[in-house]
Amino acid sequence: MRSLIQAAIAILVVCALLFFAVDRLESAGSAGSKDTITVYNWGEYIDPDLLNQFTEETGIKVIYETFDSNEAMMTKVEQGGSAYDVAVPSEYMVEMMKEKDLLLPIDHSKLPNFKNIDPYFLDLAFDPGNKYSIPYFWGTVGVVFNPSIVGDHLTFKSWEDLWDPSLKGKVFLVDGAREVMGMGLNSLGESLNAKDDALLRSATEKLTSLSPNIKAIIGDEITPLMINNEASVALIWSGQAADMLWENEDLDFAVPEEGSNLWFDNFVIPKTAANIDGAHAFINFMLDAEISAQNNDYVGYSTPNAAAMELMDPEVIEDERFYPNEELRAKLEVYENLGLEWLGKYNEQFLKFKMSIR
Amino acid sequence: MFNKASKGSLFPYTIWIALFVIAPIVLIVYYSMLDLNGNFTLNNYQTFFSSVYLKMTLTSFWYAFLITLFTLLFAYPTAFLLTKTKHKHLWLMLIIIPSWINLLLKTYAFIGIFGLYGPINAFLEVFGLDAQQVLFTDFSFIFVSVYIFIPFMIIPIFNSLDKLNPTLVYAARDLGASSFTTFRRVIFPLTIDGVKSGIQVTFIPALSLFMITRLIAGNKVITLGTAIEQQFLVSQNWGMGSTIAVFLIIIMVIIMLLTGQKKGGRAQ
Repeated sequence: MRSLIQAAIAILVVCALLFFAVDRLESAGSAGSKDTITVYNWGEYIDPDLLNQFTEETGIKVIYETFDSNEAMMTKVEQGGSAYDVAVPSEYMVEMMKEKDLLLPIDHSKLPNFKNIDPYFLDLAFDPGNKYSIPYFWGTVGVVFNPSIVGDHLTFKSWEDLWDPSLKGKVFLVDGAREVMGMGLNSLGESLNAKDDALLRSATEKLTSLSPNIKAIIGDEITPLMINNEASVALIWSGQAADMLWENEDLDFAVPEEGSNLWFDNFVIPKTAANIDGAHAFINFMLDAEISAQNNDYVGYSTPNAAAMELMDPEVIEDERFYPNEELRAKLEVYENLGLEWLGKYNEQFLKFKMSIR
Repeated sequence: MFNKASKGSLFPYTIWIALFVIAPIVLIVYYSMLDLNGNFTLNNYQTFFSSVYLKMTLTSFWYAFLITLFTLLFAYPTAFLLTKTKHKHLWLMLIIIPSWINLLLKTYAFIGIFGLYGPINAFLEVFGLDAQQVLFTDFSFIFVSVYIFIPFMIIPIFNSLDKLNPTLVYAARDLGASSFTTFRRVIFPLTIDGVKSGIQVTFIPALSLFMITRLIAGNKVITLGTAIEQQFLVSQNWGMGSTIAVFLIIIMVIIMLLTGQKKGGRAQ
């Protein structure tokens, strides 16, 4: 017993010493927080070379951390344990964080490169006047499919093609209530932000009739499975679709014309920021035309940066699958923050739909 | 037992249990009575008794039952044979080692194994069979779950078989019992406690599986665990999530009572 207690005390002492050492090292490394910033971003969502380049140009060291869901990111910011200076939430999360008072306003006078952004992507309903957020990448929700397997009669210009009897057990859906319920509503010609119990129920019914075609409802695993031709059709975000098309040239992507979702990931400065000037400097750096063009090449998502697009390969920016024309864009809708009550209803219906799949 | 010294040494355990067992359960019950705006309500319980959640409870039960049954069917003979081998503890070790590997890692491996172009289908092709859809079916879900739970079922059964006094078996044989009767009337009743704790460690976690339901069953199997995860992470409805958790706890208590060890059981 005594040796056990001694061992426990020894471990505690070693831990305390290590904590002390780490603390000293960190404070020695950052000297206040004037010359470091902490960036909190999605995984694989920036060209890592640019972080070094930023440090070389400004002398500000970047601590880079990643998250895999908006909700997880918000929880960490809310708890306030770490001093995140820049984060990259999606548009509905910008709205939610704004409501919870978790964001600092952005000083546009410190962002000379802000003019590079296509005005089409500015001043949107989720953040009027871009007071709290700067668009980073954008995209849509659409269908990835393998034309060599599904046959020529299916182009996925319409959501109805998903219901085609030839696709029995071949369709992947992404595991997101807003995405799947939104698709159901869109296929009925309704808005994906509908707040109407009857409409939601009929969307669920419509989705239930899709159940024979469904192979699985999963998350990020869709990407490797589609690349390996495990299924021939998947409902997915355009960004992930771009990754798949890059790896498997047989695949194609389409955004159905009845309408779909338009999403944005945005730079914000959370309340936890310790180096607000550094955060502005970082955002401005990322908005630079050349930097942004290089980053877009690496990440492969659609950029809102008009100046960068001029520097990019025309073949990329003329690809209407990922840069839809104005006519299609007019039919795309941004998710509105439904409020927790309606979000709950969407999830309830989604759960009902999932339980109907056999 | 209850003198001063032992009371003092019980103190850390009391604190531990209060902080990490009682407090969380009280918090879950408390949260289950809150609605989205933090007001006191019993609506969550009313919602639970709607068709969606009752159906989900039944399916969870059914799958947990199947998983436990197949695990037991594999684990009992394995444990029995293990006790007959020469280096039984070495063999037991070899069976347990895979359970040290991270669960997520093993699950991902199965995605590859069961895939359309994976080894299983390659094997079927040798016999001229067409590629079968194995992944995202009930079969794959139960198979992977059983695989994961088998070591946890084997250990308690192995222990109780190992403790079994072999002279009792010899006696049964001497008195003319057949192998089957010996097993049914002597061996099985004497190891029933091991089986019961095996069922506990399998059935209860199987009720709340959630990661495998997505990765292996493609969300075609929805358990109470999936629903809790969704309520907390996506809907952010902690009240409803806690309500489901309360029912899960109630179910678990019932299972524990049903499979509980009787004090001074008849076997000894």
